[in-house]
Amino acid sequence: MPENSVSADLQTGSDKMVEWTDFERDTIKDIFSRIEYDVVGPAALARCLVVYPWTQRYFSGFGNLYNAAAIKGNPMVSKHGTTIMHGLDRAVKNLDDIENTYTELSVLHSEKLHVDPDNFKLLADCLTIVVAAQLGKEFTGEVQAAFQKFLAVVVSSLGRQYH
Amino acid sequence: MSLSDKDKAAVRALWSTISKSSDAIGNDALSRMIVVYPQTKIYFSHWPEVIPGSIHIKEHGKKVMGGIELAVSKIDDLKTGLFELSEQHAFKLRVDPGNFKILNHCILVVIATMFPKEFTPEAHVSLDKFLSGVALALAERYR
Repeated sequence: MPENSVSADLQTGSDKMVEWTDFERDTIKDIFSRIEYDVVGPAALARCLVVYPWTQRYFSGFGNLYNAAAIKGNPMVSKHGTTIMHGLDRAVKNLDDIENTYTELSVLHSEKLHVDPDNFKLLADCLTIVVAAQLGKEFTGEVQAAFQKFLAVVVSSLGRQYH
Repeated sequence: MSLSDKDKAAVRALWSTISKSSDAIGNDALSRMIVVYPQTKIYFSHWPEVIPGSIHIKEHGKKVMGGIELAVSKIDDLKTGLFELSEQHAFKLRVDPGNFKILNHCILVVIATMFPKEFTPEAHVSLDKFLSGVALALAERYR
C-alpha cells in the first residue's frame, strides 16, 4: 500500500535532480522564515513521540518520556527538536542539492543512530500537522503539497546512505 | 492498536467540538486531498470536473463526514458498525485501501488548521488510532 506521507513515485537517482516550481520554492522559504524553530521543532518531535510512541526507542537517554506531559516538558526533547529544524534549514538553503547536503546526516542516522527510515515519515507528518496548526487557513492545499514534497525529498535523502 | 477507554473518550470529546464544522472539514479535507495527492482524482472521473471546493466535492465531503459520524457512534465495534459501508467500498466503489490513510491524513491536517488548541498530541494519537480503526473496518470486506 502506498505510504501517504511520501509523495508517490519520488525519484532521486543521482542523475535526476528534483525540480521545484517558483511557487514551491517561495512557499518553502516563506514557511521556514515564518516559523520559530525552537517552538515548531520541539512541538513536532514531542508530538511524534506521543502519537507514535515506538519512536521513543531512539531516545532512551533522554530521561522521562513516561507520558505526554513529561515528553512536552522534557528539555532534551526540546533541544533535539530545535536541532532537527536547523537540519531542515540546511535543506531549505540547498533546495537544488538536498541529496548531497544530507550525505553525512544520512550516514549518521543509518550507521550511528540506527533509525528506521520509515520513522522519518512519521516525524514529517507530525511536522506537517504542527505547521498546519501554526498557519491555519494559510496552510492551503497548494501550500501543503509544496511542504510535503519538500519533506518527501528530505526523507528520501536521509534514507539514501542506508545499506 | 485497539482503542482504549481513554481513546474513545478523547474521540467523543473532540467530535463534540468539531462536529458543527463537519461540512467545512469534509470540503477542506477532500479539496486538499485532490491537490496534495492528485492520483486520488481517478475516483471522481465521473464528475464533470474535479476541483477543490466544487459542489461535488462539498456534497461528497458531507457523505464522508456522515460516515465518520456513524463511526463515532459505533466506536465500540467499528467492524460491525461499518459493515455496510465496507461492503459498499469493497464491491461497488473499490477504492484502494491505501487511500484511506491519505484521506485520514488530510482530515487530521484540516482539524489542526481549524482547531489548533484542541488538537493536542493526546487528542491526535486517539484520533489517529480511531481513523486507522475506521480504515481497517472499511477494508474488512475487501477480500
